[in-house]
Amino acid sequence: MPQPNSAADPLLILRGIGKTFSNGTTALRDATLTIREGDFLSLLGPSGCGKSTALRIIAGLLTPTSGVLDWRKTLGEDSVGFVFQEPTLLPWANVFDNVWLPLRLRGVSRAKAEPAVRELLERVRLTGFEKAMPRELSGGMKMRVSIARGLVTKPRLLLMDEPFAALDEITRFRLNNDLLELWQDERFTVVFVTHSVFESVFLSNRIVVMAARPGRVFEELAVDAPYPRDEAFRTSPDYAALCRKASDVLVGAINAPAAEVRA
Amino acid sequence: MTAIEEPRAVVLDAEEARRARNARLEKIGRWVLPVVIMLAAIWLWDRICVWNEIPKYILPRPGMVLDTLIADAGLLFSSLLVTLRITFLSLLLAVAGGVGLAILFTQSKWVEMSLFPFAIVLQVTPIVAIFPLINIYVDNQTAKLLLCSWIVAFFPILSNTTLGLNSVDRNLIDLFRLNGATRWQELWHLRLPAAMPYFLGGLKIAGGLSLIGAVVAEFVAGAAGQSSGLASRIIEAGYRLNAPRLFAALFLISLTGILIFLVLSLVSHLILRRWHESALGQER
Repeated sequence: MPQPNSAADPLLILRGIGKTFSNGTTALRDATLTIREGDFLSLLGPSGCGKSTALRIIAGLLTPTSGVLDWRKTLGEDSVGFVFQEPTLLPWANVFDNVWLPLRLRGVSRAKAEPAVRELLERVRLTGFEKAMPRELSGGMKMRVSIARGLVTKPRLLLMDEPFAALDEITRFRLNNDLLELWQDERFTVVFVTHSVFESVFLSNRIVVMAARPGRVFEELAVDAPYPRDEAFRTSPDYAALCRKASDVLVGAINAPAAEVRA
Repeated sequence: MTAIEEPRAVVLDAEEARRARNARLEKIGRWVLPVVIMLAAIWLWDRICVWNEIPKYILPRPGMVLDTLIADAGLLFSSLLVTLRITFLSLLLAVAGGVGLAILFTQSKWVEMSLFPFAIVLQVTPIVAIFPLINIYVDNQTAKLLLCSWIVAFFPILSNTTLGLNSVDRNLIDLFRLNGATRWQELWHLRLPAAMPYFLGGLKIAGGLSLIGAVVAEFVAGAAGQSSGLASRIIEAGYRLNAPRLFAALFLISLTGILIFLVLSLVSHLILRRWHESALGQER
């Protein structure tokens, strides 16, 4: 099983990224961070630490006030996928049409898109649900559709904004496992925003802990546990030790003095 | 009753049994009650006429109204057609104008801010007060009536559709932008479908209003002669103390209004149901 390479080429470097909104809130200050190809990188932190802001800046949905996004690989416009906290599906369209949407907006016909859509639906275990409407699906299944939609353009980089936060624990564990499997097979890069220590440790090879007021990068942690990670890993002492380590850093970030704030 | 619906031997406590019984009664009552009350009211109307010996030019008996409806069918139904033509044309224009303006509004907040007050002015000014002006400026009789009816009917469509086009999930808009959607794609694949339930709500209101608008327009226009609608039949019958025909015309207008409402409700139900259930329905 290939492991993420700590010496892999950088995909994107955030250099001193800051964002101040027009109401005066500094959501993110001087964030510097390297995303390497093949990373499963989690942004972990309390609310208000700017993790979602950072993700939206990477996606191009927000323009940074300061700093630069240094793309080290030229990514085509197809190469960034986004998965929101809510499934965010079109309620009037069935599962197939929802997954087809990103391709459809690029002018790909239904017939041309069909193989890619069907393959992804199979990968997220939704074969046979092509014609189901979103309201007929459970929360977990809706999130699977959302993930399939995020991956249908075969992006090099998948951005996920607390995608499993609203799901029950059993469903979340299952989706964690399936997401890891997909990631290992397809070798895309993931930036995953979460406020769950346990989720970030289980999924990622790198955790960037962020602090709030103002939002900033606090400390980076490597998660030295081999993939594949499965249910056995979830109950292993290694996992517990890593969680404790990450928790300590997170507590440090939460208690970090906000004194750094300059006028 | 099919085998599946056959009640199994489930032991219900008193509360659940009562609840089930009430639900069943309510289901029957919803249809039976209005019919029974309506029939009773008609019967009472008939009896009051007989008991008080009310002359037919004051209050005709229901049977007489029905007779008039049949005897004057040619006249009344041709008038109904005239009114219906104005009603549907103005509804059509209200849909086109309301949706068109709503789309224009969502293209730019500035356009909305600039033009919405005009829409409100048109909506709040009583149509009977505007009509004398229309009467001066517009020559064509049909155009007069259409304009009048349109002014009454278009506002709910405009305001509902505008609301719908603007109540799109922010994340979905972000998703469309991330995928490089054009303005047109965003409108066609996202905003218009999202606005559909709001639009249909507006359409149901506008359907009734376009009929009211058509009838009111005919009234204030005082149209008479060959090509006149139901309202002029009512005025005419009023002058001649022909109460039975007046009632027959009234009955036709109400019936038309009810039918328009039912048809639009059905259309709305069919379209919205497709969002939710049709795909499954086709498969099974």
